[in-house]
Order: sequence, then C-alpha cells, then structure tokens
Amino acid sequence: MAGLPELSANGSKAERTMYFPRPDGSRIGYRIYSSPEIYQLEQERIFRGPTWSFVALEAEISQPHDFKSSFVGDTPVVVTRNDDNSLSAWVNRCAHRGAMVCRSARGNARSHVCAYHQWSYDTRGNLRGIPFKHGVKGMPGMPPDFDQKNHGLQPLRLDSYRGLIFASFSDQAPPLYDYIGPQMRPGIDRIFHKPISYLGCTRQYIKANWKLYNENVRDPYHASLLHAFFSTFNIYRAGMRFRIVMSDDGMHDWLAAFHADHEDGNAAYRDKVASFKEGLRLEHTALLDNVNEYDEFINTHIQPIFPQLVVTQIQNSLAVRQLLPKGPGNFELIFYFFGYADDTPEMRAHRMMQANLVGPAGLISMEDGLATELVQRATADGSDAAAIADMGRGVSDEQQIPSGISEGHIRAFWRGYQELMRL
Amino acid sequence: MSAAAITEADRHGAETALTEIKLWFDLHRLQERYISTIDSDRLEEWPDFFSEDGVYEIVPKENADQGLPVGIFHCFGRAMMRDRITALRNANLYEAHIYRHMTSGLEFKQVDASTVEMQSNYVVIQTLTDGESRVYQAGRYFDRVVRTPQGWRYQSKRAIYDTSRVQTLLVTPI
Repeated sequence: MAGLPELSANGSKAERTMYFPRPDGSRIGYRIYSSPEIYQLEQERIFRGPTWSFVALEAEISQPHDFKSSFVGDTPVVVTRNDDNSLSAWVNRCAHRGAMVCRSARGNARSHVCAYHQWSYDTRGNLRGIPFKHGVKGMPGMPPDFDQKNHGLQPLRLDSYRGLIFASFSDQAPPLYDYIGPQMRPGIDRIFHKPISYLGCTRQYIKANWKLYNENVRDPYHASLLHAFFSTFNIYRAGMRFRIVMSDDGMHDWLAAFHADHEDGNAAYRDKVASFKEGLRLEHTALLDNVNEYDEFINTHIQPIFPQLVVTQIQNSLAVRQLLPKGPGNFELIFYFFGYADDTPEMRAHRMMQANLVGPAGLISMEDGLATELVQRATADGSDAAAIADMGRGVSDEQQIPSGISEGHIRAFWRGYQELMRL
Repeated sequence: MSAAAITEADRHGAETALTEIKLWFDLHRLQERYISTIDSDRLEEWPDFFSEDGVYEIVPKENADQGLPVGIFHCFGRAMMRDRITALRNANLYEAHIYRHMTSGLEFKQVDASTVEMQSNYVVIQTLTDGESRVYQAGRYFDRVVRTPQGWRYQSKRAIYDTSRVQTLLVTPI
C-alpha cells in the first residue's frame, strides 16, 4: 500500500505507534485489521512462527489412511493417520512443481498422487514414485544425483493433546503440552475427559479480519449486550459469575460462566440494557436445559487457544471452532460438533437440539460474525484512528473478571501479539 | 384404435394419470406457497406448513454425504419453529435482507395413500441493504409430506445445501 513504511525486521518506533498508540494494548490502530503488510508478516511470524495451529480432531480421522485437508494460516496442509495409527501432517504442495497433491476435503487413501506428473507419496509424505524416473527406452530420466529420499512433501511438526491435533512449522515452538500450558490444560481436560464422537461441521465465511474474532472470544463485555437471545429468553444475566484465566503470554484464554438457578439479576438488568425484553418466553424451553456433565456446573465455556482454535461448551452443545484467515479482510470459521462416545440416544438428541445455539445460524452466536464485519467495514479506509479497550483498565483481574465487564484479556492479547509480531 | 374401443384398462389408466396429475399439482402448490410465504416475510405462517411434530433441518451436504447429523438449523416440532421466528423478530441481530427462492427438478414418490416423499432443487438469491443480489444458498429439499384434514403438510423437510460456507450468518429459514 503506497505511503506505508516498509516494516523493518524489529518494527520501528513509528510503526509501533501507528498500530499500537499505547503499549498496554488499550488502543488498537485500525490498520492492524486491514494492512496487507501486516497480514504477510502474520503468516511468517505467527502461522509459520513459534505457534501450534489446530488442524483436526483425532475423531475426524479415526481409521488408518484417513486424511483431512486443512490450513495452517494460508498454507494448505493435509493431516493423515498412518498404518500404525500415528499421525502425520505435510504441506499440500507437490515437491516437483508445486501443484496441490490432495484435492479432496477428506477421505481414506494409502497414497497421494499428484495429478500433474503422477508423483506419488505415502501417508507420511515420503516420495514413493516418479514416473519415468529411469527414463524410457534407454533414454535418460532423473539425474543420478537426484535423491528421492530428500524430496518428500514438506512435513510439519505434529502433536495432539486429548484428541485435538495441532501442527507447527516452527522448531522454536515449545512442545504442545507446554504451549497449551498449565492454565489452559484443565479446560481442555474438562471438555475432553472421555472419548468423543464427531457429529459434523458447519462453516461460516465472514468478511472481517481474523483478529477481530480473536478479540470477540476474549470479550465478555459484549456477551449480554450484542447477544440479545440471552436476555430475551433468560439464559444469561449481568450478575452471573465468571471465571476467566489466561496463559502467561496472554494469548490463550478460558472463560467460564457458572450456572445460576436464580434470576436475581433481572431487575438490575432490565433498567440498564435496552435489549432486555420482558415477557418473551421460549415455548420449547428444553432448548436451554443444561444437564451437568462435569465437576463444575458451567453453562458457557469459551477457550481460545491462539491462533486457530476455540474450544466451546454452550449448555450441552460441544464444539471446537477453527479460525482460518483468508486475506486481511476475510476469515472462515468452522464449527466441529461432537458428543461423547457413550451418549445415550436421549443425550444425543438433546445435543442435536442445542446445536441450534451455536454455528452460522446459532441462536446465541450468529451476531459475532456480523459484529466483526461492522468493524471491518468502518475501519478498512486506512485511517489513523484507533479502537479503545479501556473497560476495567487499571484494576486487578480479581476486581473486574467476576462481573464479566472487562476488556482486560483483549489488552493482554494485543500485548502478546505485539511481542510475537515484534511490533 | 377406434373411438368405440375404450376399455376398462384405458379408463383405469386415465384415472391413474389424473390422480397423479392432481397429486403433482397439490405438491407443487404446497411448495409454491411455502417459498412464497418465506420470500414475502410472512414468517409467522411458516410453522403452519408442518405437522405438529414436524422436523425441519438445514444441513450441509458435506455432513449429509458422510451420514453425520449436524446442520445449522434443527427444529423438532412446531414449537421450536415458532421460537426461531420469535428470536428472529425480537432477539437476533442481522442485516435486513430479502430471499428469492427458485425451485426446479421436483420429483416425488407415493409411500402410501396419505404420505409422499418429495425432492427438488432450490437456489436462494439474497439481496442485502447494499442492493446487490447474490446466490446465498443452493441445495436440494428432501421432504416427507403427509395428508392432514387441513391439507398436505411437511412431516419433515431437510434442506441439504451445497454452498458449504454460509455467508456471514443465516437467520431466515430456507
């Protein structure tokens, strides 16, 4: 973009000030959501940098030779299950001329063959076959110094935790167990405390920058205001108790809203919030029933693991969301729904009913995509203006988190982002 | 064949054809009224197209092909359909939009005297406030229709969509 300075390796002070007028994450320059230079730098420093990106549930590729196509940032990758049940991930780009090798979203295959010149690979990405390698009719083929062993598909580091598969391009990323870390593991252990059963995915395409969604899932302040379904039908109350913990670097977050049987919050709520509509009731109230399946009775569990994953439990609806950037102004959001392998038919039916709560037509979440689009539309003009994230600034987490009226973890996210991006 | 030679078999054949034409006409009219009700924003009438325990679902083809149940919209009974419309009118936030449904390829198979299975293609063009009209969703309806004292009603209607990414959000039934 003309007029913008080239980004230097470590971010000049002028660049820092343009994107982050204050270093504490409480002011976010709008260009961070639309700049093509920033987007390119994110691919290098975040998606190919020292992070782990969620790519699949193990339950999606449960059989030997199952595979699934996905992305780490902009890079197409394939995740496979090998014949010994181990998992592999490789860049979906032929070692020969760069054509996309695997052209199916998912399936089962012992080998993957590039359509262009029929170079073939095994499930680990090793190069197994080159047509006319030794030439034809005495004419030469590949030169003697071409060593097939050195030309497999580009592998990614792969690891899984509790059935969630992650991939990384970086040798600098800590082991996955440590990357998820001691603050986040209990949340994932909670949801994945027993084997799951995959129920399908739904996809939403949103015309906004991917970081706006990362803010959205770290923002309890908006929940009762944007999502009027809660207040309209009595799911959620200001005054409900929250617990929100984050990783040391501020990049991962775990919000838990605890179940409350009482409706004490109503009176205070009604006076302050325009979206509160008294008297409206659901006819089919079972939609909101939460059957407690865990040690702690939590109604809403939202847990972003930076950069591509959000683990969620909304009542008895269980899903992980995969966030895929598609250029500075778009992202795809994929919801992978699951139940537990030992669900009774009644429980499975209950989860199917509560699948209505989240996803592209989710009764309590459909507005998130729209909200991020509204920001993108109004800020992509390249202006110098900045967003404000001041709610609860200057006070401790203990004082602000229980009410949920806080932007503290948005600020923490942006501080961690600045460090990763060296801005 | 001379005019005098109309046989019992001919008469029976003609009656069967007439019954089938009448059925085709009834089903086609049901579908036309269904899409017209949605496209005219008379959504409060939408649940009335279903039997009391009727099932309505919108499911991506990607899942249906794998035998996976999850979709984006699942109503089990008319009460859930009315709740959806109550939420759409009072709770949910979305951009004003207009749908125009186009259908084609209607096929049906009679299961018994009062039950029919029916399929057809659909395309929904959505116009947002910017005035642009875009293909919002393409797919195929898989319907089970039952004869009731009030006329034909959907016992189940599944919209299996090809357009795997939902643009922004979906709030209005298909």
